[in-house]
Amino acid sequence: MTQGGRLGTVLGLFLVAVGLVVWAVYGLLGPGVPGGVVDFTTTQSAGQPVNLTVQTVGAIGFGSHPTWVSYLVKDPKSGKWLHTTTWKLPANTVVHMTIDQYDSGSPLRNQEWGQVMGTPGNTATLNGKSFKVYDSNSGGGVGHTFTIPTLNVSIPLISVVGTPCGQAPCHFNSPHNIESFSFKTPGPGTYNWQCFVPCGLGYLFGNGGPMSTQNYMGGELEVVN
Amino acid sequence: MSSTNTNPSQEHHLRRIVVIWVALSVVCDLLYWIFIGPHVPPGRMTSTATANQFDFNVLMVIALPVMIGVWEWLAFAALMWNSKRADMPESVGGPAAAGNRRTEVSWIVVTTVVVLFLAVYGTIELYSGAGSGSGEGPNPILQPAGAMKAETAALSGSGSWAPYTNAVLPVQVIAQQWKFTYRYPTFGGFESPYLILPVNTEIAFNVTSLDVIHSFWAYQLEVKADANPLQNNVAFTKTGQLGTFEVRCSELCGIWHGAMFNKGKVLSESAFMAWATSTESKNAANTKLLPPFAWSYVPDANGAAGGFYPDGNVTPYSPVEIYGSKQPS
Repeated sequence: MTQGGRLGTVLGLFLVAVGLVVWAVYGLLGPGVPGGVVDFTTTQSAGQPVNLTVQTVGAIGFGSHPTWVSYLVKDPKSGKWLHTTTWKLPANTVVHMTIDQYDSGSPLRNQEWGQVMGTPGNTATLNGKSFKVYDSNSGGGVGHTFTIPTLNVSIPLISVVGTPCGQAPCHFNSPHNIESFSFKTPGPGTYNWQCFVPCGLGYLFGNGGPMSTQNYMGGELEVVN
Repeated sequence: MSSTNTNPSQEHHLRRIVVIWVALSVVCDLLYWIFIGPHVPPGRMTSTATANQFDFNVLMVIALPVMIGVWEWLAFAALMWNSKRADMPESVGGPAAAGNRRTEVSWIVVTTVVVLFLAVYGTIELYSGAGSGSGEGPNPILQPAGAMKAETAALSGSGSWAPYTNAVLPVQVIAQQWKFTYRYPTFGGFESPYLILPVNTEIAFNVTSLDVIHSFWAYQLEVKADANPLQNNVAFTKTGQLGTFEVRCSELCGIWHGAMFNKGKVLSESAFMAWATSTESKNAANTKLLPPFAWSYVPDANGAAGGFYPDGNVTPYSPVEIYGSKQPS
């Protein structure tokens, strides 16, 4: 190989190495938000409560992990169900949340998550009926929880009876529970939320797979002024 | 050319160095001890934090003279033994390069004394501080008076705690992906996401996990103990100041590891008592659904929808309690 050829090869390999490093650093530092962000800050007047509707499904039914359990959120503008778990919310605002729970359940690993926390009076409604604590050893148990750990907000999502919906988005013709509650957003910041039922089927302790992948059983609240 | 180092001024160098070193060391140590030492983390919120701060300051007071000595020697060498100066001995070779037995012995003796002192001092501090706030495993050999009695009573369900009695308060730390929760066996065994402690009280932290390995790190309390599934890891400290502290997981434990933190509070003994009794009452409905208090809990395969046990849904009998699941009959 000529000297120019060798020089070109070395230069090419160097550029490839630099490119790989840049790509790796960018991938680590700026992963972005999978699935995008659903913005709830522009759909209501200032100071007015936000209405947030989500659903939980036993199997998303599409994408790279069709068997994974997941949350979906209803777009406040179009009313369509979106597969994203990062939601932008206004700060210091009451959020009225409705969760359509379509999944089956089991006893909780920690019954602590069987009680409602962080809502007015520590209560939520299950199909229109108020409750504070749910015994996860009764009935079908608890399917999931909606928990914001740093705010100590947590609501158990009670298991459905019957064959769960297996293809998202699910509709009311499938067995479901409707739970509603309210909480107040704090000041600006990013707050993670997650499910505290280890529902990653087939993964160690149930906490792998959808439990450890953003956009399935956990996400973030981007609280802004 | 050989140098015999007969210049009388050369013999004064060591004396000068020592005088300057002693003066600088005393000044720097005093300045550090008076103005910086009291502000060194982790503060003085607990007995172990106070002891840790003291230990750190002792180490600094020992280390500063060492650092000053090295820097002074370098500066002295650069300025006073510069080859450009007149009457300097040959820098390489000559009698000076053959070694100096007195210097070598002094160096070995001084460094040995420092290292041995630190080893003995560290061991004494570890013992006198009942483990210095670190996890000692399920059977701690270093523990404060009354700890064994309080822990035994807690497990049997007969434990109690009251303000101003100097009783040890057992608190269970339960780690799970991705949050710590806390159980108070002397108050009916209620569980809470809040870590509230009484001041002037010896605390026995019993740290365990419901899934993977976590680590309970209450930085301002100077308590750090790994949280292992199926294990009880005990750490002690005595609270000494009112205030807020932070708890963090210090073992990389999954996607939300970075968000696994919470604030805790040290309250007056009476305020703690009021909080504990009201929480016990408020959480009573859920507390009776929790498993009996135990040092560790078997992660429930039922709750995990498979994963821990190969057969997925069968929970084997265990002598320890099974957290949050139906007990086998």
